[in-house]
Amino acid sequence: MAKKVLMRGTHVLGEAAIRAGCRAYFGYPITPQNELPEYMAAAFVKMDDAVFLQAESELASINMVIGASVAGARVMTSSSSPGVSLKQEGISYLAGMELPAVVVNMMRGGPGLGNIAPSQSDYFQATRGGGHGDYRTIVLAPAYGQEIADMTVAAFDLADHYRTPVMILGDGMMGQMMEPVVLPEPVDLASLPSKDWLLDGCAGRPSRIMRSLWLDPPLLEELNWRLARKYEAITREIPDQEMYLLDDADLVVAAYGTAARIAKGAVHRAREMGIRVGLYRPKTLWPFPAEALAQMSRSIGEIIVFELNIGQMVEDVRLAVEGKCGVSFYGRPGGVVPTPEELARIISSTYHKLESRRHGGADISGEAGLRAVGSV
Amino acid sequence: MKKVFSRPRSLKETPFHYCPGCGHSVIHRLVAEVIDELGLRERTVGVPPAGCAVLAYNYFDVDMVEAPHGRAAAVATGIKRILPDRVVFTYQGDGDIAAIGTAETIHAANRGERVTCIFVNNAVYGMTGGQMAPTTLLGQVTTTSPQGRLARREGNPLDLSQMLAVAAGSVYIERTSVTSPKNILKTRKAIKKAFLTQLEDKGFSLVEILSPCPTNWKMTPSEAIRWVDESMTKFFPLKVIKDAV
Ligand SMILES: Cc1ncc(C[n+]2csc(CCOP(=O)(O)OP(=O)(O)O)c2C)c(N)n1
Ligand code: SF4
Repeated sequence: MAKKVLMRGTHVLGEAAIRAGCRAYFGYPITPQNELPEYMAAAFVKMDDAVFLQAESELASINMVIGASVAGARVMTSSSSPGVSLKQEGISYLAGMELPAVVVNMMRGGPGLGNIAPSQSDYFQATRGGGHGDYRTIVLAPAYGQEIADMTVAAFDLADHYRTPVMILGDGMMGQMMEPVVLPEPVDLASLPSKDWLLDGCAGRPSRIMRSLWLDPPLLEELNWRLARKYEAITREIPDQEMYLLDDADLVVAAYGTAARIAKGAVHRAREMGIRVGLYRPKTLWPFPAEALAQMSRSIGEIIVFELNIGQMVEDVRLAVEGKCGVSFYGRPGGVVPTPEELARIISSTYHKLESRRHGGADISGEAGLRAVGSV
Repeated sequence: MKKVFSRPRSLKETPFHYCPGCGHSVIHRLVAEVIDELGLRERTVGVPPAGCAVLAYNYFDVDMVEAPHGRAAAVATGIKRILPDRVVFTYQGDGDIAAIGTAETIHAANRGERVTCIFVNNAVYGMTGGQMAPTTLLGQVTTTSPQGRLARREGNPLDLSQMLAVAAGSVYIERTSVTSPKNILKTRKAIKKAFLTQLEDKGFSLVEILSPCPTNWKMTPSEAIRWVDESMTKFFPLKVIKDAV
């Protein structure tokens, strides 16, 4: 049986990337993710076939990613919110040129410089494309050390398979957390599928071009429809979620990443109070795993969406349930991380509100302390 | 009969879209000739910019990847680091290399990336319709410096090549033009030396080529050539700027 090792999240991510065949890393320092480039630098300097380069900016690093990807390497860059904003131009080009790459965002509080505390402020940026143009980025949201390892391997495989950039969306707390994990087996680079599109000089074949410029609208439309079909396939094939204690649930908390860990603790506490509540945790944020949520929506009273922001994923939840059940939101933005107790109180008051509504009574639950923005 | 003029193998048959009298056509040809002469066609990857030369991938018969505006040096860095035995060149206008891409270029030069930049200086933004460029001369009228460039208002022209010469990793930098057969030959020699600098693993190389843009200068091709020779070379003198090969 594979051995468990105790490692912090950023190091798990770096080690899993190397074992997944990542041989190029380009980045620019920003807290809270510096342990990842530092891990890559220390590892790659000892490897003959790997490239680590600290670039002059996030703009430069994402464009180095484009170069390394076009040359055929499994390549990764990482940053945190302000740096990921700068990478958006390059991510759009990666999508347009259909180039695989893995981009890590260990989110922090925003907007602007914000702070370096854990946050989920970039859900919209990550799941809506982020840069200009009609595209999507696959977004994976690990919540546990083991998932960081597994999803990092999956990220490289998905990027190659669909020829598209893949984002791993975490936060500073996740990056720091020490947890036992089983690391993946290193892949044999020679066993990876060959890339019949890469640019390495046209020896023995016609020259190739890689571009995202299509001056003729019908040609660009063709690219856009091709991308749309690819995104449809991804939406069919990879949505994934954890369904925790949902079989008998009247009430559901929907949360991802670090927020989902807090939510799990809150669900346990609420269960101890006799509240039938479960957790719905998207593991893919784009494509959003809407199907399972839609099915559930007919049998439950309300979904409380809990995020470390002012309400972003809540929009996808509302879209998924199409008004078939109530959706409310509880969030703590700005890097504030609430305790499970705090969220358990929200669950409890929502539950009692539902109960009294169900029994036709007056709403007796207090709204005090509820930082909810709107209930549908 | 001896054939004196034929299409270089490294150019496709696609006819150029450039305006009559534009320097890009000549410069494309010179780069292709050098690639042929050094036998590099099958190990070269080119990086064209956003700019009038954005369609260079339709002309060069080598592997080509289009870079976002200004980012060619970073894209080239990524390619070269993965494929160190290939030859990587960028082809960039003055706006691309000396305004939006200044940081990428300076840092690639300073790291001594083994890449070659072909820097086409036509003192305007050609593709977007003749706006002021970082290399626009003082007094020069463009669509965004309608009264002529004034140092106090629009800032001074920037001599990027001179700046790059200061970077420790740059090895060979020369400024040439394509205004006469003699200058064209000199440009060809400079391009060859720049590629050889890369092949010999010496460091960063760049050739800045003063190039006429008759369309946006609102001149005839021959007036444009004269303007390069008489006006541009005053601020951008033709010379070897750095040779540490
Ligand atoms: C991010 C971004 N900003 C602006 C543009 C628009 N744009 C395209 S080419 C160009 C400048 C072209 O001038 P230059 O680099 O001097 O090349 P030339 O066309 O003169 O050969 C600009 C501003 C763009 N493509 N991308
Ligand atoms: S606009 Fe100027 S640079 Fe562009 S093709 Fe015409 S002459 Fe050449």
